[in-house]
Amino acid sequence: MQKRLPIHCAMYTASVFHHSLIFIFIMHFTDLIKQPWPWYVAGPLIGLTVPLLLILGNKTFGISSSLRHICAACFPAGISFFQYNWKKEVWNLFFAAGIAAGGYIAARFLNNHQPVAINTHLVSILQHYGVHNYSGLVPTELFNWQSLLTVRGFILMIAGGFLVGFGTRYAGGCTSGHAIMGLSNLQWPSLVATCCFMAGGFIMANLILPFIMRL
Amino acid sequence: MSTTEITEKEHRQFLQEDTDFEVRSLDTACINESELSHPWWYNIKYCIAGGWFGILLVKSEVISWFRIQEMFRLQSFHMYGVIGSAIVVGIISVWIIKKFKLKTIHGEPIVLLSKQFNKGQVYGGLLFGFGWALTGACPGPLFAQIGTGASVIIITLLSAVLGTWVYGYLRDKLPH
Repeated sequence: MQKRLPIHCAMYTASVFHHSLIFIFIMHFTDLIKQPWPWYVAGPLIGLTVPLLLILGNKTFGISSSLRHICAACFPAGISFFQYNWKKEVWNLFFAAGIAAGGYIAARFLNNHQPVAINTHLVSILQHYGVHNYSGLVPTELFNWQSLLTVRGFILMIAGGFLVGFGTRYAGGCTSGHAIMGLSNLQWPSLVATCCFMAGGFIMANLILPFIMRL
Repeated sequence: MSTTEITEKEHRQFLQEDTDFEVRSLDTACINESELSHPWWYNIKYCIAGGWFGILLVKSEVISWFRIQEMFRLQSFHMYGVIGSAIVVGIISVWIIKKFKLKTIHGEPIVLLSKQFNKGQVYGGLLFGFGWALTGACPGPLFAQIGTGASVIIITLLSAVLGTWVYGYLRDKLPH
C-alpha cells in the first residue's frame, strides 16, 4: 500500500492537472473569441460562406438582393423590375434575418467591451469632428435618433442608406455579391464593380466626408 | 428524391426557359434557381448560416464605421486582409466545386452563372461606394448593426430599401 501511494498520488495530481489544463484552455478560448478576430481568421471564414451556401442549396452568396425582395414582397407598385415570384428567393430573407441574429449573439455574448482599436491618426482627425466614443462599432455620436434630422445625421444615415440601396442594385450586387462571390467565380464585371466601390469610397471618405463632418 | 439525375445542361436549359427567373436575375449577381421544392422550414438552414456570417461580421469588426474609414484612408491593412483572404478562400472553394463537380446536400448540381457587364456596374458601383463610406456599411452589415443594438440603423436600412425601390422605378431611364 505504501508503495502504491506515490503512484496514486501521481495519478491524482495528473488528473487534477489534466482537468485544470482543460479549464485553463476553455477560459483562454472564451477570452480569445471575445476579442476582435484577426483578419487571417475572420477573412477565410467569411470566404467559406461561399461554398457553404452553394452546398446547402445552390445559393450564390449575396445580400443586397434581399432589399429588392422586400420591395417585390411589400410594394411592387406595378414596376416590372419587382414583378417576379419573390417567394423563390425567400432564402435570402432568412439569411438576412440570420445576420441580424448573429449580430445580436456576437454583441451580447462574445463581447469584451473594449473600444475599437483604430489608427491613432484617424482618432486625432475624428476628435476635431466631436467623435470621442469608440465603445461601439457604430459611432454613437454620429448615428443616433436625436441627430437623425440634423443635416449631418440626415446625410450620414438617410442619404447614405439610400445610396447603398440604389447603388448596389444599379451595380447588380454589393461587397458580398460582387467582391466576394463574383470574384470567387472569376467574373471580370465583378472586378469592375469592386474597383468602382473602392473608388467611390475613397472619393467620399477623403474628399467629401470632411465637409459633411463639419456640418 | 431522384434529383441526382438533373444534369447541369438540363438545368441551364430550364433557366433559359424560365421567364420569372429572367426578371429575377436582372441586375443581380447573386441569384439561382432550384428545380426542387421544399417546405418553408428548409430555409432555416440559411438562417443559421446567416447567424454564423453575422457573428463573423461583428467579430472581425468589418461592420464598424471606424474600420471602413480606416480602409478608405489607407490607415490600416485590416479590411484589405479580411476581404482579400475571403476572396482567396472563395476562389479556391469555387475551383474545387467546379473541378470535382460537387453537388448540393440535396443532390442538385451546383451551377454558377456568368455575369454580363453593363455600365451600371460603374455608375452604381461609385454610388454604392459613396454610401459605403457614409454609413460605414454595406447591406449585410446593416442587418448585423441592427442586431448589435444600433436601433437607428433601421432607418438606414429602410432608406436602402427605398433606394432599391427608386432604382426599380427609374431603371428604364438609367444608362446600362
